[in-house]
Amino acid sequence: MTSLLILPVALPLLMSLLALIWPARVNQIGVATGLLIVLIGSAIVALVAGNGVQSQVLGGWQAGLGIALYADGLTAVMLLMSALIGLAASTFACRYFAGKPTLVQFWPLWLLLQAAISALLLSADLFNLYVALELLGLSAVALTALGSGRAALKAAVDYLLLGLVGSLVFLAAVVLIYARYGTLDMLLLGAMLQAEPITWVALALFTTSLMLKCALFPLHFWLPAVHANAPAPVSAALSALVVKVVFYLLLRLWVDLFAPVITPALASVLGVLGAAAILWGSFCAIRAERLKLLAAYSTIAQLGYLFLFFSLLVVMPEGAQRQLLYGALLLFALTHGFAKSALFLAAGEVQQRLGHDRIAELGGFARALPTTLFATALAGIALIGLPPSGSFLAKWQLMAQALSLGHWYVVLVVALGSLLACIYLFRLLGCAFSPGLDKAPPVVERRAQLSPVMMALIATIVLGLGSHPLWQLLADVGGGGV
Amino acid sequence: MLSATLIYGLSGLGLFVVGLYGALRPESLLARVLAVNVSSAGVFLMLVALAYRGNDQLPDPLPHALVLTGLVVAISATALALVLERRLREWGDD
Repeated sequence: MTSLLILPVALPLLMSLLALIWPARVNQIGVATGLLIVLIGSAIVALVAGNGVQSQVLGGWQAGLGIALYADGLTAVMLLMSALIGLAASTFACRYFAGKPTLVQFWPLWLLLQAAISALLLSADLFNLYVALELLGLSAVALTALGSGRAALKAAVDYLLLGLVGSLVFLAAVVLIYARYGTLDMLLLGAMLQAEPITWVALALFTTSLMLKCALFPLHFWLPAVHANAPAPVSAALSALVVKVVFYLLLRLWVDLFAPVITPALASVLGVLGAAAILWGSFCAIRAERLKLLAAYSTIAQLGYLFLFFSLLVVMPEGAQRQLLYGALLLFALTHGFAKSALFLAAGEVQQRLGHDRIAELGGFARALPTTLFATALAGIALIGLPPSGSFLAKWQLMAQALSLGHWYVVLVVALGSLLACIYLFRLLGCAFSPGLDKAPPVVERRAQLSPVMMALIATIVLGLGSHPLWQLLADVGGGGV
Repeated sequence: MLSATLIYGLSGLGLFVVGLYGALRPESLLARVLAVNVSSAGVFLMLVALAYRGNDQLPDPLPHALVLTGLVVAISATALALVLERRLREWGDD
């Protein structure tokens, strides 16, 4: 049964090759793969929920030599989320790229990106993680370059170089760990790491590398250009998934591996950076002139919340409180994933139908594209954290736990961040509902794209009202860290 | 013997740092791509030095496997960077 774990990596990898040699059927191949990955992801969630933590070493090698895969509750849920968002973006991409020459270039790279996301989530070996990070970075760069114009190319080049620098720093940390401990297997390393200078240096290198790759303030400078200029389905995956799986990796390293080395001071540095990211990202989102740029800056802010959770979680003692916070972190990550993919897909629809995404000129949007506006507004509810969205519950837990630890500044930052999010989203809705100045004939959507609506509904309704099983799953099969 | 490992390891570290510095400077794209390659050569040198276990013993095969994988990744990344650079130039000419 454990052979299930290889499928989320192997299937999109093989399908990517198939899409390359059979360009006439790329849409069908891509959507069918997306559907299959959702089924596999659900099966893995069921397997982990029923039988506990799953692990597998490929090729019959012993642990430490073969490629080791590992899935606990956190992995399984993240896997299912990526599968669902991947499927939504895939169906959206069929119409987005219809009739464009980039269609046949998009699919093989897109499937490669999905394979990389799964590989990163499932790997239990530091070197495999490096390879997965590179695969993720290279396919994301190539997908960004499919965007239109010189701006997309320029963004892709910067993204590539910073990504390579990040990966090299990661690799250097891997070298240090191997030099000192003689193994790269994360399960073995978890019990071996000691607080000594070489471990601290490795931790600093890992953390810097992953901060750069998941755009934590002040290393966020590359993100807006990349996420705003990539094609819409790609932006959705970059913002909702790519930065989030990097965050997942950082969480795994800090909680599972480096836990004996972490001090409260180190954790609070990340917390303060997270708080700065929330305020700065939201401020820039308010000033953004384009819808996709607004969504990109909002991602920087939302990642800041994840780091606030993170800074509290790594110093919390074991127990029920920590369980609550851990579940809330996962719920927040999921809600943001679904809401942000909805927002980017809706922005792509706006850009295609209206020919631009300048916020100030969005007058008439509500009349022309009512379904898309509905998705945008629902996504906005989840991004602000209004009930009944999942992020409302998550922020509530964050504030409650922060107060119990005496970190009152967290409460202040969360309240201020939510207020700023209200401003940038209500400004957007205000422009969208205004009648519009030009006399251009209104576009009326006949065949609305349903993927953004579905994603936004999951973020606001499903995760808000049905999130109890998440905590249950984490409590039962949380894995090493909990 | 230890000193040989140390010399190669420290040279690798030096290359890694110099390369990183070059990659982050506001130079031309080609120079930055080359700097990334210098930097990765530094990391590979550290790994190769790490594998050395004395003249009378076989080297540790695992770091060698890592270097081979790393080389493949580095050359693919360089190829992608060069393609992007050429496209960017074509845009600049328009």
